[in-house]
Amino acid sequence: MTTAEHPGVPFGRLLKAELRKLIDTRAGRWLLIAVLATTPAVVAVMLFTADPKDLNYDRFVDFTQTPQKILLPVVGILTITSEWSQRTGLVTFTLEPNRRRVLLAKAAATLVLGLTVIAVTFASSAVGNLLAPLRDGDGSWAFGVAGFRDITVVLLSGLAQGLAFGMLLLVSAAAIVAFFVLPNLSSVLFGAVPGLKGSAPWFDLNQAQGALYDHHMTGRQWAQVLTATLLWVGLPAVLGIARVLRTEVKSA
Amino acid sequence: MNGDGKAAIVVDGLTKRYGSHTAVQGVSFSVRPGVITGFVGPNGAGKSTTMRMMVGLTPPTGGRCTVLGRDYRRLHNPGRQVGVLLDASAQHSGRTGREVLTLAATVMGLDARRVEEMLDLVGLSRAEARRRTGAYSLGMRQRLGVGQALLGDPRVLILDEPANGLDPAGIHWMRGLLRDFADGGGSVLLSSHLLREIEVIADELVVIGRGRIVAQGTKHDLLAAEGDGGLEEMFLRLTADHARDAAPREIR
Repeated sequence: MTTAEHPGVPFGRLLKAELRKLIDTRAGRWLLIAVLATTPAVVAVMLFTADPKDLNYDRFVDFTQTPQKILLPVVGILTITSEWSQRTGLVTFTLEPNRRRVLLAKAAATLVLGLTVIAVTFASSAVGNLLAPLRDGDGSWAFGVAGFRDITVVLLSGLAQGLAFGMLLLVSAAAIVAFFVLPNLSSVLFGAVPGLKGSAPWFDLNQAQGALYDHHMTGRQWAQVLTATLLWVGLPAVLGIARVLRTEVKSA
Repeated sequence: MNGDGKAAIVVDGLTKRYGSHTAVQGVSFSVRPGVITGFVGPNGAGKSTTMRMMVGLTPPTGGRCTVLGRDYRRLHNPGRQVGVLLDASAQHSGRTGREVLTLAATVMGLDARRVEEMLDLVGLSRAEARRRTGAYSLGMRQRLGVGQALLGDPRVLILDEPANGLDPAGIHWMRGLLRDFADGGGSVLLSSHLLREIEVIADELVVIGRGRIVAQGTKHDLLAAEGDGGLEEMFLRLTADHARDAAPREIR
């Protein structure tokens, strides 16, 4: 992309600016606090209320990742759409006219956040599981490398899907609604129409990713995750990037 | 690199069509160092579209523009060479004034001291800089926007309606600021829909009406050719024509 003649703004500076943007508004800060605080909160609630046999590492992770699966994509969506809804794109894209680099910096900034959130999720779950014996909980650590891998895939693909829907629609409300409605609509459709049921795991993201929570993925199931992800993350991302690169950035 | 008399901005036949509507038609002019060039025309005449094409935010249908001898998108770290203010209100309403400048300084690779210098230069107090831009008056936003444009110590300024929302004292301040910038060898292009406003600031005028350049030259020459009343009359004629033409289009 870059040549010695016009190398663009160094990537580290773009990344630093995008990381700042995640936390420099009240709305952004609260969203991050919500993302980071829900995990220990869920662990605490489980420790007091869950059935002792459910107090094991697998269940802790399962419960703590649920809110992240909802909130991380929203961070991804807003990272993109706020440049349009708040019209800050006028400044962002004049300071770095190479929009590809700006998008890359945004993706990298949210990836840093996503990995942090995943680390917090696994760590909080571990603390919860260590405390499980206090309530005569199960305390089992049966989870394995596959567990970490599968949950990481689910959460990061959700984040990428948020970015993709943000780029494709460029309007916060529309992107958030589309993100939550369309995949579920797809699940309803694939579940209700008899002829479609067989092919559901190949095209429906919820169905395909459902297998990831069992941590015994077969090659066929990975192929299904791949096709569903290409359809729900890859395709909107490609179309969205094309839209951002071509669209006119204006103030009104 | 940019010798005396050599134009800092060369606009060459820029054209923008939206479907059958031509917003800008074959616009050509240049902006020289040491000169404040006023870009004046009624609302909707094509000023903002032309300026967005100049900085690569809007892809032109035809023609080209170079800034400091290059396509704007080929400039390295453009914020350090060209100061751009396209819409002072296009700021994230939840960000503080200081944060807006800090983000731009991060991308441009400037240290925090420069942010404080700019706040002083544009007359935003420490207390005002701590407030969110959503609570700013239009005049304060213009000051912040001008501070952001000047942050990177550029050689060229491109400002869209920077005097809009300023009180007479503010316009006087802006005139002094831009005069000093131009006297130091800088090049300034600023737009306005008010002939009177731009007359007091600019040395040269480019008059645009319905997407076409209708007059250009030094203020002195234009006044000599048309007379004070003549220039005003021409401008009012353009405004009236435009209002008649534009009215049906704006009803959607």
